[in-house]
Amino acid sequence: MTGLVRPGWLAEPPNPWFSWDYVRDNTEILANALTEHLVLTGISVALAILIGIPLGVLAYQVRWLTGSILALTGLLYTVPSLALFALLAPFTGITRTTVLIGLVAYALLIIVRNTLTGLQQVPAEVREAAAGMGYSRPAMLARIEFPLAIPSIMTGLRIATVSTVALVTVGVAVGYGGLGQLILEGFRANEYRAQIATATILVVALALLLDLLLAGLGRLATPWAKGRSR
Amino acid sequence: MSRVQAGVPGPLRDAVVWLNDPLNWTLPGGILDRFGEHLWISGAAVALGCLVAWPLGLWLGHTGRGGGVVVLVANLTRAIPTLALLTLFVASFTGIGSRPVILALAVFAVPPLLANAYVGLREIDPEVREAARGMGLSGWQVLRRVELPLAVPYLASGFRTAAVQVVATATLAVFVAGGGLGSIIAEGIGLGLDSHAGQVLAGGLLVAGLAMLVEGLLAVLERAVTPRPLRRTAARARRRHATRRAEDPSVGAPGVA
Repeated sequence: MTGLVRPGWLAEPPNPWFSWDYVRDNTEILANALTEHLVLTGISVALAILIGIPLGVLAYQVRWLTGSILALTGLLYTVPSLALFALLAPFTGITRTTVLIGLVAYALLIIVRNTLTGLQQVPAEVREAAAGMGYSRPAMLARIEFPLAIPSIMTGLRIATVSTVALVTVGVAVGYGGLGQLILEGFRANEYRAQIATATILVVALALLLDLLLAGLGRLATPWAKGRSR
Repeated sequence: MSRVQAGVPGPLRDAVVWLNDPLNWTLPGGILDRFGEHLWISGAAVALGCLVAWPLGLWLGHTGRGGGVVVLVANLTRAIPTLALLTLFVASFTGIGSRPVILALAVFAVPPLLANAYVGLREIDPEVREAARGMGLSGWQVLRRVELPLAVPYLASGFRTAAVQVVATATLAVFVAGGGLGSIIAEGIGLGLDSHAGQVLAGGLLVAGLAMLVEGLLAVLERAVTPRPLRRTAARARRRHATRRAEDPSVGAPGVA
């Protein structure tokens, strides 16, 4: 290009960080990606809750499992997401399942850990008082220990949800990245800034919205904690 | 091939075969090249993060101000996807190279470094600080001779978290043409899983292995720099700190990269 003078009408096209035109022209694409993102997050977190909370309770009840479950979750947490997808893909293919397994695995770790921590933090006096009142082991777990662990579990749920929303984007590696798909396509389309920025804003907004929603849900789930400072 | 046991699933066998080919290591763009890129990007990012976060965290902790800032930084960075930040940085600075990638990764190294430096100083028994003051030490001397040595276990722990996270996140540099070990995975997926499943799996193993190696080495380092008398208290403080982190989303548990 050296030596070529660019005529005025061929000037560098504008590449703004945000443009309403982009949003207006691509509403449907954006909505689809957002839905995909939300669905991937929802399924992953739901599965993680279904597996994670019982696993956390099990780790608490069965003493000799506690250490190994914690060590295993810690080890898995060090594996980078792209590496995990790479370890799964040869067996599960370039599919949504690959992304889901990875996302569930990470969310699971956080939920298991927080369930265990919450249960372990129940004061010994409370447990003794319950035993003195004649609570059996399962009844104590269901009526005393578990409700007291709810704040910690809810916190885990919030962290898991926010990280999952962010993690879905890495799913682009196997073609199922929700809004991450738009971010990477925007980058590859000659750094189309409006698309990159819009998709990023949507991801962050989704994370914050879900976090707020779960925080509200947590307050509803623990009415006795109302008015008490944390 | 015959030496690899029968009954091992196909992709795993292919991965072993791929890793056993010396050309895959030494050719340009091979494992050694990618490994070098990965270490350079991560090392530079962590160093940059330390340069910014440690002085700031120590100063905030010393003065006891700005706890809110630390929490805010930790919170915000968790909600921003690593991939988005990488893309945004590379798209805003001219030229694709390792510099914007290093900057973006440094942003992710800051929260754990900052939070641990701050907490490390705040956790010091106020009586120790008062005693030092009573002995006639100036504010600067208190920081350098009393607070800093006592905060070393926390600094080391923050360093480990940050380094592991950066090494993990650097894998994503491949998406913005930044190189690193992620390239091996992306290249394999790009060429098709039917023929390159082995390469993809081998890449995943290399990246996961590196992350665990860094974690392990820094755990040893963390123990080595913690003075012997502090080891028991450091472990206790870490446990306490860990439970608090589990309970309180604000002080950053590290995100997954």
